[in-house]
Amino acid sequence: MNLLAVIRVAIRALLRNHLRSFLTALGIIIGVAAVIAMVSIGEGAKSRVEQSFAAMGTNLLVVRSGSSQMGGARGGFGSQPTLTWDDLKAIQTELSSVKYAAPELRGSQPLISEEQNWTTRVAGVTPDYLLLRNWRIASGSGLPEDPDSNAKVVVLGKTVVEKLFGAYSDPVGQIVRIRNVPFEVAGVLEAKGQSPMGDDYDDTALVPVRAYAEKLQGGLKKFIAGTIYVSSATGVPTSKAESDLNNLLRDRHRIRVGGEDDFNVRNLAEIASAQEESTKTLTTLLAAIAAVSLLVGGIGVMNIMLVSVTERTREIGVRMAVGARPRDILLQFLVEALVLALIGGLTGVVLGVTIAQQLSSSFGWPLLIRVDVVLLSVAVSAAVGVVFGLYPARKASQLDPIEALRYE
Amino acid sequence: MALIELREVTREYHMGDVEVRALRGVTLDIEAGEFVAIMGTSGSGKSTLMNTLGCLDRPTSGHYRLDGREVSTLGRDELAEIRNRTLGFVFQNFNLLARTSALENVELPLLYAGVPAAERHARAAAALERVGLGKRLDHTPSQLSGGQQQRVAIARALVGEPRVILADEPTGNLDSATSVEVMALLQALGRAGITVILVTHELDIAEYAARNIVMKDGQVISDIRREPVLAEVPA
Repeated sequence: MNLLAVIRVAIRALLRNHLRSFLTALGIIIGVAAVIAMVSIGEGAKSRVEQSFAAMGTNLLVVRSGSSQMGGARGGFGSQPTLTWDDLKAIQTELSSVKYAAPELRGSQPLISEEQNWTTRVAGVTPDYLLLRNWRIASGSGLPEDPDSNAKVVVLGKTVVEKLFGAYSDPVGQIVRIRNVPFEVAGVLEAKGQSPMGDDYDDTALVPVRAYAEKLQGGLKKFIAGTIYVSSATGVPTSKAESDLNNLLRDRHRIRVGGEDDFNVRNLAEIASAQEESTKTLTTLLAAIAAVSLLVGGIGVMNIMLVSVTERTREIGVRMAVGARPRDILLQFLVEALVLALIGGLTGVVLGVTIAQQLSSSFGWPLLIRVDVVLLSVAVSAAVGVVFGLYPARKASQLDPIEALRYE
Repeated sequence: MALIELREVTREYHMGDVEVRALRGVTLDIEAGEFVAIMGTSGSGKSTLMNTLGCLDRPTSGHYRLDGREVSTLGRDELAEIRNRTLGFVFQNFNLLARTSALENVELPLLYAGVPAAERHARAAAALERVGLGKRLDHTPSQLSGGQQQRVAIARALVGEPRVILADEPTGNLDSATSVEVMALLQALGRAGITVILVTHELDIAEYAARNIVMKDGQVISDIRREPVLAEVPA
């Protein structure tokens, strides 16, 4: 008996009880659809997290000044400026594991255009800052090349442009007053969206760091009243750059072995990977739950195949009487279970992809269907059909033809 | 050498604690082309004998040679092959597959013989033609009368060109007029050279056979050859 004929017989037998076959397949359909939808949700969430960390800048180390100490009360990191401009120079020139290092002086400042005013985070930075934060200029020339420039120019984030000039205007060349100091708009930043913590990256304005210190902070001093952003060199793990940075600053600040750092280095790459790890765990968990429902579907297949074997005992007897060998009967019921499970699996793929599509469009996530997961779930449903169909099929093939023919 | 040779065949089985000796040493030869009726009351062992002859069951002891081949020691697969190629079955309750067309029911033995689809259809259609159902190929059993269903079953039995057709109470579920039709058909097969073995407890049905074997308590108690009554179908 050739395989094609076996498959035809199996499909016919399944169609004969189409409602029952459908309900049985539904277990597999739901299982497979759940696996595909869940994994796609997990992947979508992961890519969302990855995107927001990429926007923040990867390989990023944030160096902040140390804590002030006033009669035993410690003020927390950044309360006492300890990082100097010389420290910055040293980081830039002495460490091979560092690619970029840039200062950021930051404060909330009122901006006034011809028509509107808006208070936003104004940051004094150098051109390197844009490079290490993966930030590009959408229009205009951007900040002056010279990191020591004190030109009164400003680069605005998208949100600030909208608030000051309206959504579709090009403000390049216009004058914005920051604390009544006129700055010329030299560019607009490319939109970056939300930070992992939910802040709007685009609600900011950047000026040259010297201009910030001199015009907005009351003069350039020895210490940096802000933060230094550092990115590790290509191919160098951020942890290496981090330890180099620690050693350099401890050395420069003459901190003895065992002494407490007067600065603080934070590794953003670590936070990012921790976040990714947690979404990965979530994906695994969702997939595991979905896999359980696939297993339940398999038990449904076995159940209905057992019923089917009992119902068709007489048919099995007739088939044996006219010359079916035990393995022909085995194959027939096995193929029936397999076809049932496969139809369920393929329908489940269609359903799962549809659900994933709906979810991704309603959450605004990219649609991420993992082909390996689709193939795997189809393969697993086929395996479920074979594994759970084997026992009923074996039972059928071992029937005694005389008993089977006599069965009422 | 006879087509069927039984030598001291016994068959014992257990029903719970009770040991049933269904056949107690049956020795029997049936020549090719014979039309034999096996008779007996229920419990006489005629069904067990039929199952043994039909290779559905194996004797506990003794020898069974079918067409020169010892079959009492064969495995399930080989027995299935013999049933497929050498034997054809007709049952009291027809045993057709429900919701399956007459043509496909008749094709069933050929399916297991591995005959290609086109040849299968042609041979099954020819077999149905032979039993007078050439116009009802697409009918399912529920659309056919009892007599027609039994004729489909006969077509299924003969489609594989068997040496022997075993009919177990083939007229048991039919009225007398239809019974005569079925017997006429079986006699026609006998004339065409197929050995027909019939199990019945009805004397008037046994009269259509040329040889009557009577079973009692698992043994053959009478084996007579006679002039058969010719089954005549009123025109």
